[in-house]
This record gives sequence, C-alpha cells and structure tokens, in this order.
Amino acid sequence: MSTIEDAWSYLTTAQNWTGANGITTPTFDGGWTWANDSIIALGIEHMLMSIAAVTIAAILALPLGVYLGHVRKGGTATVIVSNVSRAMPTLALLTLFAASAIGFGNKAVIIAAAIFAFPPILTNSFTGMADVDPDVRDAARGIGMTRFQIATRVELPLAVPLIAAGLRTSSVQTVATVPLAALVAGGGLGVIINTGIATQRYGQVLAGGIIVALVALTTDAVLGRLQRRVTPPQLRAAAAAAKASA
Amino acid sequence: MDAPPNPWFSWQYLERNWGEVVDALVIHIELTLLAVTIAVAISLPLAILARRIPRLSGPIMGFTGVLYTIPSFALFALLAPYTGIGRTTVLIGLVMYALLILVRNIVVGLEGVDPDVVDAAKGLGYSPTKLLFSVELPNALPSMIAGLRLATVSTVALVTVGVVVGYGGLGQLMFRGLQSDYRAQIATSALLCLALALILDVVLLAAGRLAMPWNRQQGKRGSRAARKSARAQLESAS
Repeated sequence: MSTIEDAWSYLTTAQNWTGANGITTPTFDGGWTWANDSIIALGIEHMLMSIAAVTIAAILALPLGVYLGHVRKGGTATVIVSNVSRAMPTLALLTLFAASAIGFGNKAVIIAAAIFAFPPILTNSFTGMADVDPDVRDAARGIGMTRFQIATRVELPLAVPLIAAGLRTSSVQTVATVPLAALVAGGGLGVIINTGIATQRYGQVLAGGIIVALVALTTDAVLGRLQRRVTPPQLRAAAAAAKASA
Repeated sequence: MDAPPNPWFSWQYLERNWGEVVDALVIHIELTLLAVTIAVAISLPLAILARRIPRLSGPIMGFTGVLYTIPSFALFALLAPYTGIGRTTVLIGLVMYALLILVRNIVVGLEGVDPDVVDAAKGLGYSPTKLLFSVELPNALPSMIAGLRLATVSTVALVTVGVVVGYGGLGQLMFRGLQSDYRAQIATSALLCLALALILDVVLLAAGRLAMPWNRQQGKRGSRAARKSARAQLESAS
C-alpha cells in the first residue's frame, strides 16, 4: 500500500502544511495571494471562499424566503428553483462563468457556489415561515398584533430551526463545491488533489481527498451542533421530522 | 485587431463536432443509467434490511449520511489511487452517491406504510415475503420513485465531476471548451446535461404514473408541476 504511505508522508511533512516559502506568495503587482503549496493557506482560502459564497446567498435568499413564506406566495417558484439547481451541473456553471466576462479564478467559483447555496436557504426559510400553525397565527392576530409583529415575533422564531437547517445544508454543500475551483484555476483545498493528479502523485491525491472529506464532515458536525443549539427543545422533534422528509 | 468571435452557441460547432458530442452524450447516458441501476440493485436489499432489523437501521443511515457528506471531488480523489483513472472510478463514485438518496427514500417510504394496512395483511395470513412484495413495497412506491428521480437527476449532474479522473461524459467537453476558451462547446454540453436530466426525470415520472394507477389524481398535479419546472429549466438555460 505505497499510496497510503505516500499520503501519510505528504500529511506528515511540515513543509506541505506551511509551504516552502510561507503561507503567502507575493504577486507581480505588489500584492499577495495564498501559497499553492501550503495546506494551511489553501484551507484558509477554502474557508474564506465558502464563507463569501454562503454570505452572498444568505443575504439574497433569507429576506426573500422569509418574505415569500410570510405572505405564503411563490411556493411553486421556490420548488422550481431548487429542482433546476439540482439538474444543473456545478461544473457547467463554473466553466460558463470562467469563460464569460467574470473570468477564471476565485470570483467565478464564489458566484457559482453562491448560486448553489441559494436554493436550500430559500426553500427552508420559505417552508419555515409558511408552515407555521395557522391557529398560532390566528391567535397572534386575535391579540392585536400587526402583520409585521406576527412576522417578526411569531413566525420568525418558529421558523428558526428550519432556517438554521437550510443554512447548514447550503454551507456543507458549498464547502463540498469549492474544491472544484481547482479546475478553473481557482484556489482552495481542491488544488492539492488537482496538482496531485496532474503530477501523478497519488499519495497527495489521497491526502487531499482525506483533507477535503474531513473539512466537509467537520463543517457538517459543527453546524449540526449549532443548529441544535438554536432549536428550542420543544421544536426538535418537528425539525427532525422535517429533515427526514426533505 | 478585433477579438475573434466567441459565440455562446454555434450551429457550426455542432455540425462539425457532431460525432464527438454524440459520443460524450452516449457515455454520459451510459454512466448515468448503469450507476442508477446498480444503485437500485444494492439499495433495495439494504433498505429492506434496515427496515426489518431496526438495530441495523442506525448504522446504515449513519454510514450513508457520512458518505453523502464527502464531496464528490474528494471521493474521486480517494478512489483514483486504487481504481485508476477512468470509468470504474467514476462509476463507483456515482453508485455511492445515488445509493444514499435511494436507501433514504426507500426506508422513508417503507416507514410511511400505514400500520393498519400491514396489520390487515398479517391478519389475512400474508407471509413476510408476500407482505413485503404485495403490500409494503407497492405502498412505498411513491417515495421510491421520488428517490429514483432525485438520484437520477443528481447523477446526471455529478457525472461531469468525473473530469477530475478524465472520464466525465459531457463534462469532458465542458472542460475542454474551458481550456480552449470555446464558449459554444461549454454552453452546448451544459445545455445537453440539463436536457438529459429533464428527459430522464419526465420518463421516470411517467413510469411512476404507469406503475401507480391508484395515485393518478395526485400524479396529475405532480406532473403539471413537473412540466412547469421543465419549462422553467429550458427558459433559464437558453
């Protein structure tokens, strides 16, 4: 099993983590980029790209989903959006963006990842808001709450578990999508795998695969814990049921 | 000097490279169908096992969940050193992802079978095997078909990631189009991917309706939504 040994020696060589010349590389125009030969640098870049993508998606999808869910309109549209995004290959969007005016590199990847992060956040915030028990809503109106108060003080708190689940799904998915950046000359942890395949160092490929898999699993576990924390105990069973049917 | 034209769509590209495009499409279809078929063959017994022996249900669901969280890019990288570059690696990866969606949906479907119906069948003296095949599985069919459609559509999209190991069907065209900065090639293969996903989805939907005559009323509503989403897919793609 020399591949495993190679992977082990790749992972245990300090230089592969810190880079031959530190974790940043100067660029020609006097700036700097993350070094391509450092796992730490690529990991930080990976996380920054993922956070950027999820943030963009959340800024757009959260208000939209919450609003549409509150007025209970556009359910079909949200379903269509999520179905189309499933059929659309990530690679297709990446290559389309890279070949367009956006150009190669991290910008194209962040935009593509944000587009794929959008549907889970949208559908979950929509469902969370729209599925609030009508009796609860009626009761809130009965005690004289305005529409805005009903939305912010009744529906939104009840929708929080599902919204958190949506953010978790899209974050994990984004962390899993960003490795494809390596195919369009972007950064992130996919670079390790791509370089390994290009140079036929399969130990490095295996090591890269393990790192990416661990990052995705860790993200899922950490966000799962966060999701549980923001879910009131009374709503946990409902949230679990919603996840199973999704 | 003006830059050479680089259109997003060109009939000329399609005419001159017809053979290559069809080859990629055929590879794409083959991989998808083969992966989904194998995944169905494996997931059905697994799901039934998980349902029959509750003690196994936790590990099976947990294991499939962990596998599903592993990014496809990483999975191909984990497999490549052992199964080599090419078809086998892609196929194994695809089967694994489709497997998870299918197992989950079959188990959910089996769990959703009305206990009264199962009780009634037992009271009529159905053997466990007969119960499974003539009561439980038919009742779980809607959820199974939903899982099958989901798995198929995701597989079509996922095949393209096979580019990593040099066997990505239409993804291969996309990637080459990117490397040579040829927009028509990228857009054509992307459109074909979407169309393929759409066609397979509609075919499975129709098959599901044929297999579940008792569900027609519901099916009608579903199919209209699907047609709507189909139109939206085409519009957004073009």
